[in-house]
Amino acid sequence: MSELKYTEDHEWISLDGDIGTVGITDYAQEQLGDVVFVELPDVGKTLAKGEEAAVIESVKAAAEIYAPVDGEVTEVNAALNDDPSLVNTDAQGKGWFIKLRIGDTGATDGLMDDNAYAAFIDGLN
Amino acid sequence: MRYLPLTELDRHDMLAAIGAPSVESLFRDVPEAARLNGGFDLPDHKSELEVEQIIGAMADRNMAAGDVPSFLGAGAYHHHIPAAVDHLIQRGEFLTSYTPYQPEISQGTLQALFEFQTQVALITGMEVANASMYDGATSCAEAVLMARRITRRDKAILSGGLHPHYRDVTETQTRYLDLKIVATAPDLTGSEDLAALIDDDTACVVVQNPGFFGHLRDFSALAVQCQAKGALLIAVVPEVISLGAVTAPGDMGADIVVAEGQSLGNPLGFGGPYVGLFAAREKHVRQMPGRLCGQTVDEDGRRGWVLTLSTREQHIRREKATSNICTNAGLCALAFTIHLALLGEEGFRKLAALNHARAVQLADRLSSVRGIDVVTDAFFNEFAVRLPRPAAGVVSELAAQRVLAGVPVSRLIPNDTGLADILLLAVTETTGEDDMDALVAALGEVL
Amino acid sequence: MAHSRDLSRPRQAGSPVAARDTVLGHQGLRLEEDLLFELDSPGLSGVDLPNVPAVEARLGGLERRSEIGLPGLSEPEIVRHYTRLSQKNYAIDMGTYPLGSCTMKHNPRLNEKVVRLPGFAGLHPLQPVETAQGALELIDATAQWLKTLTGMPAIAMSPAAGAHGELCGMMAIRAALDARDGGETPRRRVLVPESAHGTNPATAAACGFTVDPIPANDDGRVDVAAFAAKLGDDVAAVMLTNPNTCGLFEPDMIEIARLIHQADGYFYCDGANFNAIVGRVRPGDLGIDCMHINLHKTFSTPHGGGGPGAGPVVLSEALAPFAPRPWIVHDGDGFALVENDADTGDATPIGRLKGFHGQMGMFVRAFAYMLSHGKDGLSQVSGDAVLNANYVMARLQDVMTPSFEGPCMHECLFDDRFLDGSGVTTLDFSKAMIDEGYHPMTMYFPLVVHGAMLIEPTETESKRGLDDFIAVMRRLAESARAGEQARFTGAPEFTPRRRLDETMAARKPVLRWFPAAETAEAAE
Repeated sequence: MSELKYTEDHEWISLDGDIGTVGITDYAQEQLGDVVFVELPDVGKTLAKGEEAAVIESVKAAAEIYAPVDGEVTEVNAALNDDPSLVNTDAQGKGWFIKLRIGDTGATDGLMDDNAYAAFIDGLN
Repeated sequence: MRYLPLTELDRHDMLAAIGAPSVESLFRDVPEAARLNGGFDLPDHKSELEVEQIIGAMADRNMAAGDVPSFLGAGAYHHHIPAAVDHLIQRGEFLTSYTPYQPEISQGTLQALFEFQTQVALITGMEVANASMYDGATSCAEAVLMARRITRRDKAILSGGLHPHYRDVTETQTRYLDLKIVATAPDLTGSEDLAALIDDDTACVVVQNPGFFGHLRDFSALAVQCQAKGALLIAVVPEVISLGAVTAPGDMGADIVVAEGQSLGNPLGFGGPYVGLFAAREKHVRQMPGRLCGQTVDEDGRRGWVLTLSTREQHIRREKATSNICTNAGLCALAFTIHLALLGEEGFRKLAALNHARAVQLADRLSSVRGIDVVTDAFFNEFAVRLPRPAAGVVSELAAQRVLAGVPVSRLIPNDTGLADILLLAVTETTGEDDMDALVAALGEVL
Repeated sequence: MAHSRDLSRPRQAGSPVAARDTVLGHQGLRLEEDLLFELDSPGLSGVDLPNVPAVEARLGGLERRSEIGLPGLSEPEIVRHYTRLSQKNYAIDMGTYPLGSCTMKHNPRLNEKVVRLPGFAGLHPLQPVETAQGALELIDATAQWLKTLTGMPAIAMSPAAGAHGELCGMMAIRAALDARDGGETPRRRVLVPESAHGTNPATAAACGFTVDPIPANDDGRVDVAAFAAKLGDDVAAVMLTNPNTCGLFEPDMIEIARLIHQADGYFYCDGANFNAIVGRVRPGDLGIDCMHINLHKTFSTPHGGGGPGAGPVVLSEALAPFAPRPWIVHDGDGFALVENDADTGDATPIGRLKGFHGQMGMFVRAFAYMLSHGKDGLSQVSGDAVLNANYVMARLQDVMTPSFEGPCMHECLFDDRFLDGSGVTTLDFSKAMIDEGYHPMTMYFPLVVHGAMLIEPTETESKRGLDDFIAVMRRLAESARAGEQARFTGAPEFTPRRRLDETMAARKPVLRWFPAAETAEAAE
C-alpha cells in the first residue's frame, strides 16, 4: 500500500493498485470525541470527489465524510457497525471506512502528504 | 402584579449596578419608531378572582361531554381518569421542569420516559418507541416521512379507513417534499383492497385500526404483501384502549405503529394537547423522529437514563434532521404512562373489554330502532350507523335536548353525499345504561 | 409477560457509592426507585372497574390473546413510585432555572385551575359548535390578544409548538410564492443566521427549501452587508430570531425587512424570544411577514418536562390567505369553525397541520396569563426580564467573559474565555452549578461563540434570588481560575446520579426495559 494522502476535510486515502482505502485522520477523531455510529454507503455506489460518502456521529455531533477522489465503492468496513470505537482507537488503520475503485490513480497527487498535513493542522491550532 | 417579585427599590438598585438611567434605556437597540410606549388597546391586569370569573363564564357556555349523555369519538374519547393521575402530573417537579437535557437532575422525567417507551412498545407489539409526538395525526405524517427515508421511495398509499384529519395533516406536511400521496376513497365497510395499489415506488401503506368508521381488520396479509414489494406497513391506532382487546399492529406485521394516546390520562380538552405515540422496529431506530430516552450508567456504575441518539435531531443535525420537532408532549405522555401504570395488565384488558361490551350493547339496542342500520360488523368501541336522513341535522336536534349523539361523518367528510346519513357513535366505560336510554329515546323521537 | 419478582436479584438501581453504604441504596431523602416493571405483582391493578357485561364479542376474530406484559401495581405503589421519581428532578418551583432561550418562568397555578374546569376539560372537539361557544370565544379572544400584542392582522392558532409554528409559517410562505410566481416558485433558498435555533434550518428543509447561512458581525448581530449580498432571485425568505439567540435586539430589523421585501422574499421571525419585548414592541411594526409565538415561553404555559407547547403563528395580509385550517369566524352573535376546504371561501389554506383545533389547554392557560397581567403587567414582564438579565451581566462581567457588549435583552451570553487555561470546560462549570443547587444555563448554544453560556433569569426571579445566583457564579468563576479543578470535573456529586455515560447509551442503545430472561438471551 502506498503512503497516506490527506484532504483538508481530514480524510485520508491510501492506494493499493486501483483500490483506495479511505478513513478519517487521527486528528479528526480526536476533535469528534467518542464515535458512536458510522453510516456507510452501499457497495457499488459511485462517488464523485467531494461527494458525501459516509456520516460519522459522536454523542453531540455528526460530520459528513467526503470522497477524496472519484471512485466506486467496492467494500465498506462492516466492523464499524459493531464497534464504531475502532475509529477512535485506530483511525488510520482498523478504523477505515470504505474502499474505492479509482479510475484515475493520479487523482491523489493533489492531496497532502504527511508533512503537508502536519503543517496544515499546525495552522489550525 | 402578583407574579413579579421586583420592588421599585430593587429596580432602582439594579439600574444603579448596571449603570443605566432607566429600564427603558436598556431597550436602546429598538428603533424609536417601533416602541409602543403604552400605545395599544388592551385592559390592565386583573385579580385572580376576576380572571376566574371571566374564564369560568366562558366555560359555563359549553356543554361538556362529561355532563350529558355523550357518544362522541372519531379520534377523541371520553374516558375516566383516575384522580392520582392529575395529582401526580401536577407535582411541580414534573410540571415545571424542562426537557431533560441535564440528566443528573432530570432522572425522574427520564425514568418515566423510559417506562413510557417500554409501555408503548408493549401495547403496540413493537420493539422500540420514542418519547412522544404532538398527536396521532402529526405522528402519522412523520411515519410517512420516516418510511420515505428508509425505503428512499416517494409514494405513500393512505387507506380510506384513515381518519380524515390524519390524511389531511399527512398531505399538508408532505406537500412540498416531492412525495406522491395516493389516498383511497372513504372505506365505510373496511372492504377496500390496498395490495393492488402497491408498486415498486411505494414507500408505505398507511392503514388504521380500528378504522375511521369503526371497523377492525386483520392486516397480516397486507403486511406480507408490503414486505414482498419492499414497502413498509404503517398502522395507525386512533383509540389506544383498543390495544387491550385487539391484536396489536406489531403482531400483524406492521413496520411502524403510530397512535393517539389521549384516551389514557388526558382529558378531551376540546382537542388538545394530546399525545402522539410512535413505535417502530429496532433496525429503523436511527430514522425515527423525536426524542429517545436510553439506559446507561453513571460514573459510579449506577443505572441511569439520558436522552440519546440526539444526532438525529434538529439541534444537532439542523437541516439534515429526521424531523424539526423539539418540544413534544412530555406531560401528556406522563399522564398516559401513569394511567396505564395504574391499570396494569389486568386493568387495561378489563377496561378494553368493558368498552367493547358496552359498545356491543348499544349497537344491539340501536339495531332495533326503526330506521337505524348498524353498518359496522366488527368494531371495538365505536361503530357507524346509517340514519334515514342527514346525520348532522339529527345530531343538532339531539344536542338541543342535551344528548351529544355522536359525530356525523359529514363534519369531517363534507362533500360525500353517500356518507351524509352516516353517524359515528362511540361508547366508553363512562357510558351508562341511562345514557343509552336517553339516546335511544331521543333518536326514537326525532327519526 | 408478567413475572414474579426475583428477590435474590441484586437491586440494580441501588448500588450505593457514598462513604457509608446503606442497605437498599437510599440515602436519607435521596430515595432509589426501581422501574415499574421490576415492581410487578401480577394480577394487581390500581384501578377498580365495573363488571364487564356478558356479550358476544364482535372483534372480528382479532382478540388479543397473548400477554401484553404490563406490570400490576396498586394505587399506593404507583403514587409512591412517581412521587419518588419526581424528587429526582430539578424544577422552576424549586429554584432558579436560567436556561437561556427556554424561558423558564413561574407557572401560575390559577392557569392550571381554570384549564381543568369541566366546561373545557370535558369538551369534545367535534361536538356541535353551538354547544361549544364558550370555547370558541376563548380561542378567539386569545387570538385577538396575540394579534394586538404583535401588531399583526391574522393568526393561525393550531400549531402545536414553536417548531410546528415554523412549519406553518414557512409553508405559508412557500404557498404565497407559488401563488405569486404562478405554479412552482423557483425561489428555493432560505437565509438563516448561523446563530439560529436548529429548528429553523430543519423547518426550511421540511418545506423543500435549501438553507444558506448568514454570518454574524462582531457585535453578535446579522451582518447586513453580508445579508444583502446573499439576496437574489432564488431567495424565498429570511428566518430571523429577534431578539436573537445571543440575547441581542437586531437594530437593523427594519432595514432587513426592507431589503428582503425589495428582493421579493418574505420575512419569517422566530418569536421564541418575544418575552423580551412583549407589551413594548410590536413585531408587526418591524416589517415581518410572520412569527410563531411559543405560548410555553412568553405566556408561561408549563414546560412539563418537554411539552406540550403551543405555537400560534401571526401572519401579514400577504400570507393570511394561506393559513391552515381550522379557524374561527364570527357568525351572527356567535362563533363558527371553518374546518374543511368546502368552507374556506376565497382563502387558499396550505391544508391542516394538526388534528382538531390546536392546543386548547394551552390557549386557556395563556389567556389566563394575559388577563392576569394585562397591558400594564405585560410591559412590566418584558421590562423586568430585561432588567434581570442586564443585572446578572453587570454583576458577572468582571469575572466571566461576556461575548458581546450590553445592554442585552432578556438573556446574557458569556463564552468560555474566562476559563482559558483552567482545565475547566463549559460543561464542567455547568455541572458544578448543579452541586450549588442551580439548574445550569444553556450551554454550547448559540454556536457562534466558543463554549457558550446563555443565561436567562426571567422576570419571575427576585433580586434576592439573583444576588444568590450571582454570588454562586462569582465564586465558581474565581474557583476555576484558582485552579480548583476537582470541584468541576468531579461534579455533580450531590445528585441522584453523577455524570452519565452518554457514549455507552448511544453506541448500544437500550431504549426499553426487557424482562431479565430476555436480556440474558439477547446477550448470548
